[in-house]
Amino acid sequence: MLSTFWQIWVTVIVVGSMIGCGLLITYTSRGMKKDETTETTGHTYDGIEEFDNPLPRWWVFMFWGTIIFGFLYIGMYGLGNFKGFLKLEVDGEQVSWTSENQWKAEVQAFDAKIAPLYEKYSAIPVEELVHDEEALMSGQRLYKSNCSVCHGTSAKGAKGFPNLTDNDWLYGGTPAAIKQTISYGRQGVMPAQESILGAEGVTDMVHYVRSLSGLSHEEERAENAEANFKTYCAVCHAQDGTGNQLVGAPNLTDEVWLYGGSSKEIEFTLKHGRSGNMPAHKDILGSNADAKIHLLTTYVYSLSNKE
Amino acid sequence: MINHDKIEKSLPLMVIMIVIALSWGGLAEIVPLFWQSETTEPIEGLKPLSALELEGRDIYIREGCHVCHTQMVRPFRAETERYGPYKVAAEDVYEHPFLWGSKRTGPDLARLGGRYSDEWHRAHMYNPRDVVPESIMPSYPWLFDDKVDGRVTPKKMKALRLVGVPYTDEDIEGAKAAVHGKTEIEALVAYLQQLGTAVTKR
Repeated sequence: MLSTFWQIWVTVIVVGSMIGCGLLITYTSRGMKKDETTETTGHTYDGIEEFDNPLPRWWVFMFWGTIIFGFLYIGMYGLGNFKGFLKLEVDGEQVSWTSENQWKAEVQAFDAKIAPLYEKYSAIPVEELVHDEEALMSGQRLYKSNCSVCHGTSAKGAKGFPNLTDNDWLYGGTPAAIKQTISYGRQGVMPAQESILGAEGVTDMVHYVRSLSGLSHEEERAENAEANFKTYCAVCHAQDGTGNQLVGAPNLTDEVWLYGGSSKEIEFTLKHGRSGNMPAHKDILGSNADAKIHLLTTYVYSLSNKE
Repeated sequence: MINHDKIEKSLPLMVIMIVIALSWGGLAEIVPLFWQSETTEPIEGLKPLSALELEGRDIYIREGCHVCHTQMVRPFRAETERYGPYKVAAEDVYEHPFLWGSKRTGPDLARLGGRYSDEWHRAHMYNPRDVVPESIMPSYPWLFDDKVDGRVTPKKMKALRLVGVPYTDEDIEGAKAAVHGKTEIEALVAYLQQLGTAVTKR
């Protein structure tokens, strides 16, 4: 809200200058010739003279047109505390135009249009909805806007960002688990192990970890690390190295590597630890977040569970 | 005819008339805002940038991020759907200068904070193609080697305090230590991860 002073300030400047422009046009038109003429204005610039012709009529009309447009515009959109006569529908009520109200009206109109679709989809369990091509297309759109930046447009991930198409899951691949991951995020923590294992122990452990999935390794060094694995690593990665989805500990016996399976990468992981972070999306997704998450879950689920 | 040749022949008069003509809209549209609480009072929970975030902001400016990225979500459905809540003036009262920008070659960043992980930002700044193959953003690998120069951090904060950013004496005293030994990428990620959080994490 503008104070009285500023309301007067704004009104005087705006309306005053519009009226002023009108007066200026009227004033300058008075001495103007009505028709084309051969008379000159009397000035000579480098030998060039100027006919004393009137302004083209359409040109003068443009001046008047902008002034009239200005008053119509103020009438519709308002000026300061005067709110104008243009009405928008927000929350079922007719309200004056403000940029905030325009945004609300736009959002509410769209939400009203899409609500039946979201309701329909939300009522169908993910396992069934996965066969609905249109739902998957909506899910894919949402995926591309919100998820592809990290997981890639083809959902195959990148180093440190899980591949979503391989049916290998850090936190579980059930619809409920996927929904939990999208809504509330995940915070992966692989602590650095060098202070526990020592430099030699880390190298031994690299060989042991590689042995779990049948990659090339030195048998002797792997055997050296076995006891340490059972003591320190098995807490999260399980005795047999198959991991634990409750804490997001990866399965070390398969061929899927989040940060790479080379000796160098495994060594880095052991020395410095890793901390993957999937941000919570419940608040990021804006209006209808639950319905959007349902569709996203369906799409992500479909990537691994559709023949 | 009126004597417009008087104006046309006198440079000072011409300059004065042009300045008046140009400032006219600003007098009505901008000047009243200096006295409106909606534009001068910070939103609830708004904090000044920490020393590290402030250095990150200066790196953001130095590398010209604002040339391709805006920090201005406009009140349209398409924008709020993609980026988050639209921007309000009161969340930028501590911004000197503001970084709203006017050209989007990349996406808007006003609501970037917390949207991606720190690791993502590091990978993305090192080489954007590693995480977004379609990206045309340049790489910034030197940020990973260069250290933040903390010698002028307290001075920057003092200067900002002069123009109304409420830094305390402790903030300024601790500034040098807070950025000591930090790499530029750490500062930049710290800055990026707080963008818009005063609104989105409310």
